[in-house]
Amino acid sequence: MSFLSISQVTKAFGGLPVVNAVDLAIERGEFFALLGPSGCGKTTLLRMIAGFETPDSGTISIDGDVMNNVPPHQRPTNMVFQSYAIFPHLNVFDNIAYGLRKLKLSKDQLRARVDAMLATVRLEGLGGRAADQLSGGQRQRVALARALVREPKLLLLDEPLGALDKRLRETMQVELRAIQRKVGVTFLLVTHDQEEALSLSDRIAVMSAGKILQIATPRELYERPNCREVADFIGEINFFHATVREITDTTATVNAGLLGIVTLPSANLGSHGIKRDDHILLAIRPEHVRFAPDGVAGEITSATFLGERSHFHVKIAGRSEPVSVSGNAGPQGSAVALIFPPERLIGLPSAD
Amino acid sequence: MAGTGGNSRTGYALLSPTLAVMGLALAAPLLLLAVTSLKSQAGIGFADGWTLAQYGEVLGRSSYRILFARSVGISAAVTLVTLLLAYPMAYFVAFHARHKFAWLIALTIPFWTSYLLRVFAWKIILGYGGVINSGLLRLHLIDQPLSMLLYNPFAVVVTLAHAWAAFAILPIYVSLEKIDRSLLEAASDLGDGAVRRFLRITLPLSMPGVIGAAILIFVPTTGDYVTPSLVGGPAGSMIANMIEVQFNRVGNWPLGAALALVSMVLVAVIAGLFVTAARAAAKAAR
Ligand SMILES: Nc1ncnc2c1ncn2[C@@H]1O[C@H](COP(=O)(O)OP(=O)(O)OP(=O)(O)O)[C@@H](O)[C@H]1O
Ligand SMILES: [Mg+2]
Repeated sequence: MSFLSISQVTKAFGGLPVVNAVDLAIERGEFFALLGPSGCGKTTLLRMIAGFETPDSGTISIDGDVMNNVPPHQRPTNMVFQSYAIFPHLNVFDNIAYGLRKLKLSKDQLRARVDAMLATVRLEGLGGRAADQLSGGQRQRVALARALVREPKLLLLDEPLGALDKRLRETMQVELRAIQRKVGVTFLLVTHDQEEALSLSDRIAVMSAGKILQIATPRELYERPNCREVADFIGEINFFHATVREITDTTATVNAGLLGIVTLPSANLGSHGIKRDDHILLAIRPEHVRFAPDGVAGEITSATFLGERSHFHVKIAGRSEPVSVSGNAGPQGSAVALIFPPERLIGLPSAD
Repeated sequence: MAGTGGNSRTGYALLSPTLAVMGLALAAPLLLLAVTSLKSQAGIGFADGWTLAQYGEVLGRSSYRILFARSVGISAAVTLVTLLLAYPMAYFVAFHARHKFAWLIALTIPFWTSYLLRVFAWKIILGYGGVINSGLLRLHLIDQPLSMLLYNPFAVVVTLAHAWAAFAILPIYVSLEKIDRSLLEAASDLGDGAVRRFLRITLPLSMPGVIGAAILIFVPTTGDYVTPSLVGGPAGSMIANMIEVQFNRVGNWPLGAALALVSMVLVAVIAGLFVTAARAAAKAAR
């Protein structure tokens, strides 16, 4: 059994399922992210793992022990709250020491552990600071230190960087990853920021409307999304309607309308049970579309300079939505031709 | 800071009606009291010249010292009892009640009736032929009405505690309501069971409300006059009753004034000590 094992967990508020039959398995030492749009039930799932909500059905077990009836204060988890929840009447040292007082350590031992943790989160010498005299980044570090100092088996982080500005967020992402490697604790991070999830985690679960759509490594998620929603949510992507003509063990031939008849590796259709004559979606990332003279003709309707590569919207005949392309080409209004390399096309089941 | 001067001027302008009322209604009578206390009574007027004789009398006589001690003792007991009753009620409304506003109204409805009426109600409840005694007689638990219920410090404490409960519930409720619920969850998350969490987070964070409530009750009850005179009897009479006696019956205004001023200073000192101690206690609860 996995280290954290969630099986068929459901939770409804007022009859509306917020978390719907979720299965999730996380291994020891993993940095795992739960990614999804606002309101999709991420916090609710995290709170059930921490013990603040009880699942309506399903089981949650950590390290082999079923947690359903264990109160929060007896679970081997600690949480970094979305709002940080720093105790306002305690200074930094006492906030971090809060969860250690019960252990009845000697004064020196307590000080040593808190000081070591202050060093880990780079807050050396700030132990005496009052809670209301901390910057956003410092509060975030205190919240992290306070949870980590208890040496939990599983650390839960609810959008820990959400309240920080962009630069600080990027610095903290690097640090968070470094701290996780150093302490070796299993991290479960909730975020709606796909870049954050992609850059930090070993694996990601993409959630939408209470359900988990896909669990995969960042690379897999980007290159092999298993449905339209995931493909849409992770980065930018172009979709084309197509119909399957022929499938063999190695290749699939599809009629992709504007793109003509295309033959792609059948592995690109994934394991969705796509059959002959099925209507499917072909998806391709903007950076995989190429400008080349012998491709589909189009006109650049917008060009955004982004440094080494630029981002373009290309209007092609017979299609209302422009195609997103990243690469190098002329200014707005230029006539171009586009090539869609078959090995880069991903086949997904069409919703209709 | 260029704007500060203008700001403080605006501040004083806004405060000026308040300052005027306070000057007339508070400072002036106090000054009058202070002046009176430095006189001595001669017939129906004051003798010429200034004297500290009244203060010597107030501080020197053991009967006054007993009265001061009893007043402070009774009102400390009232404060304690009220806080112990009010805190759970405020806690319930803040954390567990569904219709908070309705509960607050319901809890304060008894206080919409006049203070005097409530004191009389207790007189009827605790009296020789009162509700408690007739109830106990009816149940044959006693065969003589209890006379120990009324006209003693106990009756004063009960009556005052009831009379002031609403004033304690509201500030405690407000301070409990203000506590961020995620702090409580964080405490549980960090290993605290319900009791430890209450002692380490809820209680310290509601301390401002508790201190406010305590001051709000302790200060006025020390000088209460109506309740001890109606339900206190001789054993339960307090310093305000003695002040009344000096002004109205004995006609020794300077002595009455000195008693009033000394009791004011005493209350202020005790309240100050209490606030300091409570702050320190909240700090110690790590
Ligand atoms: N205690 C509750 N009572 C009723 N509804 C709730 C409760 N908690 C959450 N919800 C609802 O459940 C849904 C999911 O909430 P949740 O907080 O899990 O979302 P989230 O994915 O964490 O969103 P965000 O990224 O905005 O934090 C929301 O529609 C929310 O309104
Ligand atoms: Mg959330």
